[in-house]
Amino acid sequence: MLTIDQATYDAIVAHAKRDHPDEACGIVAGPEGSDRPERFVEMINAAGSPTFYEFDSTELLQLYKQMWANDEEPVIVYHSHTATEAYPSRTDIGLASEPGAHYVLVSTREHGNSDGPVEFRSYRIIDGEVTEEDVTVVPQLEGATP
Amino acid sequence: MTIEVKIPTILRTYTGGEKSVEAEGGTLTELIDNLDANHPGLKDRLLDGSVEGGGDLRRFVNVYINDEDVRFIGGLDATLADGDQVVVLPAVAGG
Repeated sequence: MLTIDQATYDAIVAHAKRDHPDEACGIVAGPEGSDRPERFVEMINAAGSPTFYEFDSTELLQLYKQMWANDEEPVIVYHSHTATEAYPSRTDIGLASEPGAHYVLVSTREHGNSDGPVEFRSYRIIDGEVTEEDVTVVPQLEGATP
Repeated sequence: MTIEVKIPTILRTYTGGEKSVEAEGGTLTELIDNLDANHPGLKDRLLDGSVEGGGDLRRFVNVYINDEDVRFIGGLDATLADGDQVVVLPAVAGG
């Protein structure tokens, strides 16, 4: 199960709506082994595409170096689908390389840049196998680090 | 000459769980051969086919030498010196 706080959930949805019709992407980092998505990091989709996303390779390295320095890991890897359902595509499955992460998919196909509900779903993707999991949105993560 | 290579989570099955390993080589090709000698199977995860057969780095694997993406500094021919730091990171990408 993915437990995520409302502010982070809202930030992911807002990013997806803003970048529609292109795919939006980013991560939420958290302390290693904690399973707590604490630090929201919006990334630029270097592919700038409605059907593909990719972190810029230089920004990717900066991001990971920051996480290593903070003893963090990517707890959530998120991206949007802008014309299809919030389910991992074959490409998503083939390229998933963080077996410990929750892969969040948001679909903006219904309302695009406008207000309105989105599909927000979460998966584990390990060795090509996709397992959907429940998403629980809480006002704040319990025992939040100050 | 010793070069530290950071290994991403997904490839740590090849390094017995180690986050970083030491390797040797004057070029990235040599380094990858040396890595594979000590951690069999790694090369296949980094390269698309054999180098002799015109293979290259896999499209969705990023390798950095001292923070430079090797694609901008010669790819597999990029040169290495004692004390360099190499980072391997899979692309974060999808469709």
